[in-house]
Amino acid sequence: MSIVTVQLGQCGNQIGFEVFDALLSDSHSSQGLCSMRENEAYQASCKERFFSEEENGVPIARAVLVDMEPKVINQMLSKAAQSGQWKYGQHACFCQKQGSGNNWAYGYSVHGPRHEESIMNIIRKEVEKCDSFSGFFIIMSMAGGTGSGLGAFVTQNLEDQYSNSLKMNQIIWPYGTGEVIVQNYNSILTLSHLYRSSDALLLHENDAIHKICAKLMNIKQISFSDINQVLAHQLGSVFQPTYSAESSFHYRRNPLDLMEHLVPHPEFKMLSVRNIPHMSENSLAYTTFTWAGLLKHLRQMLISNAKMEEGIDRHVWPPLSGLPPLSKMSLNKDLHFNTSIANLVILRGKDVQSADVEGFKDPALYTSWLKPVNAFNVWKTQRAFSKYEKSAVLVSNSQFLVKPLDMIVGKAWNMFASKAYIHQYTKFGIEEEDFLDSFTSLEQVVASYCNL
Amino acid sequence: MTQSVVVQVGQCGNQIGCCFWDLALREHAAVNQKGIYDEAISSFFRNVDTRVVGDGGSISKGKICSLKARVLEDEFPEVYRFVTSIYPSGEDDVITSPYNSILAMKELNEHADCVLPIDNQSLFDIISKIDLMVNSGKLGTTVKPKSLVTSSSGALKKQHKKPFDAMNNIVANLLLNLTSSARFEGSLNMDLNEISMNLVPFPQLHYLVSSLTPLYTLTDVNIPPRRLDQMFSDAFSKDHQLLRADPKHSLYLACALMVRGNVQISDLRRNIERLKPSLQFVSWNQEGWKTSLCSVPPVGHSHSLLALANNTCVKPTFMELKERFMRLYKKKAHLHHYLQVEGMEESCFTEAVSSLSALIQEYDQLDATKNMPVQDLPRLSIAM
Repeated sequence: MSIVTVQLGQCGNQIGFEVFDALLSDSHSSQGLCSMRENEAYQASCKERFFSEEENGVPIARAVLVDMEPKVINQMLSKAAQSGQWKYGQHACFCQKQGSGNNWAYGYSVHGPRHEESIMNIIRKEVEKCDSFSGFFIIMSMAGGTGSGLGAFVTQNLEDQYSNSLKMNQIIWPYGTGEVIVQNYNSILTLSHLYRSSDALLLHENDAIHKICAKLMNIKQISFSDINQVLAHQLGSVFQPTYSAESSFHYRRNPLDLMEHLVPHPEFKMLSVRNIPHMSENSLAYTTFTWAGLLKHLRQMLISNAKMEEGIDRHVWPPLSGLPPLSKMSLNKDLHFNTSIANLVILRGKDVQSADVEGFKDPALYTSWLKPVNAFNVWKTQRAFSKYEKSAVLVSNSQFLVKPLDMIVGKAWNMFASKAYIHQYTKFGIEEEDFLDSFTSLEQVVASYCNL
Repeated sequence: MTQSVVVQVGQCGNQIGCCFWDLALREHAAVNQKGIYDEAISSFFRNVDTRVVGDGGSISKGKICSLKARVLEDEFPEVYRFVTSIYPSGEDDVITSPYNSILAMKELNEHADCVLPIDNQSLFDIISKIDLMVNSGKLGTTVKPKSLVTSSSGALKKQHKKPFDAMNNIVANLLLNLTSSARFEGSLNMDLNEISMNLVPFPQLHYLVSSLTPLYTLTDVNIPPRRLDQMFSDAFSKDHQLLRADPKHSLYLACALMVRGNVQISDLRRNIERLKPSLQFVSWNQEGWKTSLCSVPPVGHSHSLLALANNTCVKPTFMELKERFMRLYKKKAHLHHYLQVEGMEESCFTEAVSSLSALIQEYDQLDATKNMPVQDLPRLSIAM
């Protein structure tokens, strides 16, 4: 069950590197806390999913690297090679020399069609290397020009050419202020397009991860490297192998199956990730965890819409069963209960069989369309992840992202009303109508999620 | 590495250009000790696309630069045209400089993607400030020679004592910092085309005021280096602007911060949060910040910052220019020299000045919105 990763733009490529590195480091970790046979099965499964084997034993990432300027890709290629543990394929890259200028229209309407054939060829070669291909994992940002615009174009192409394969887009939500001025335009164009062509959007907010680095990891001078490593840790804990059947060593589950569980309806595709625990190595040495404690925190994070395990609002409760919810979600209220469509919890580590997830099956957490038995899934493995004796990650399709989405749409709308920067997009074929279409789609998404 | 072409026009342009190449080589030599021709150098030493144009020179020079801008647009419509433009200061020695400037400005208005206006007076003021610092004789205030934004110490050519050298070095440093992210690696890259994309919300409003900090580094290691945050504060002070302008008290349309050296995203964000309240941004761009992080600092510094502001504070410069033009034009002084040249007619002048008037009016309209409260506009409503 192999996944082909497509890394787009500076962000996508920087993150992609950290993800492969984290996956392999965890796979080689000696603190798996399980039998050798089990560990070997885990390693084999991880390798098959994300790496192909080279003659001299160095695994090659199943990845395609795309960027419109060469610096970042060159850097990632050499970083991987320097690790000595793995590397990227020599011919798995596509580069140009001019960049996309943070212009979604340039990425989508100029680079896309111009380089479509070359990029799709490289992807095809990578897919052909897989004995059992399970789908695509596309990493990109929505604020810039290449990841966002070209990313949207490539995803559309993948939908056309590989309509039977699963596609998940890992999208970086930019900081609220200060990365790119036209980030709100680029974001709404990206999201509205991907909503049509992708199967699931896994969204990570820079602001949230930044807070994890500051508050939980105690990092003083936070760099993008730190941010990307936290992200890679979260993704690793989602994508590493888990048992496909109870109490067995079989790690044959398709990791992209999570989409089938979490996206029951095409109008609701926004997924987010919360993991627990997350701390600096120093603190880790002095802390012990119980499954009961971890799961209680995780559940409260879910229902109170907390981004991390600190500062969780304890005053939010699910509505009493049988009664209608106290109020439909209002975007202006701070205190509200986060309704879920579907949740997936993945547990890794010691005594995982004893973990009690009943709290997540409470019907009050969910909308009425799915029975909790269908809305909630849990995957497990005894094998611990990356130095954490016990760890839990929640992938959720819920109202988590409504507020940020609403904010981006609002800001983009205010800017659009003044027509600022629009000439930069119309220059390359994205007209005001295209913007209006995007606004309409996303207002629809916001409204749908609000009315859960 | 995006690749760019430098077009150096006229005496001013060529003198600045010379400094620039020297300093660029010095910068690349510091990073690339073995002198191997690498990707970073290839961005510059094949083709580099920043045009350095002098506005206040003689008649022929004025025409050449505007012609260049238009020709380049015709020949290479897809390539971004960045112009670093030296504006004449009040006591300029070329009498007809207002004519040249206004005529050139019309072309820049229409054919350049981005213009970085600089005036000699500001450069001179910066030099005086540095001289004061260096010559103050205070204990422990020796400055690292290579770090001076005005010096070419350590560069290939011999040091001259000519008056414009120090000033030209400042502009050369501006160009280096502008292109650093395209040449060297960093965690958040920014190419020249991104500058244009983010800082030019409407085609005519493409004038960016620049400021460089720090201006020097002290050699005495016992004196703590000026705090990082001080560097950010300085970038917004009117003493560090390369144009006589005060962005802090005018209206921002957009602002870019290009940081070099050991500075991380958290430092950048902290300073933006800190400085934001004292700056005024236009209502539709309250978070109008574009940022970049390049790992390699300039020679002699541990970090540096180039700020580019699209701000209504350029308006006074343009108004002064127009006034000086009108003083000459009303009397038709020296006009015959220009009209003798084939293709030049009075209409060129009237068109040029009305182009500038229109630009000034645009800035006026924006300024009028300055203290108005920001309102959220009603959104599309969806029937459920």
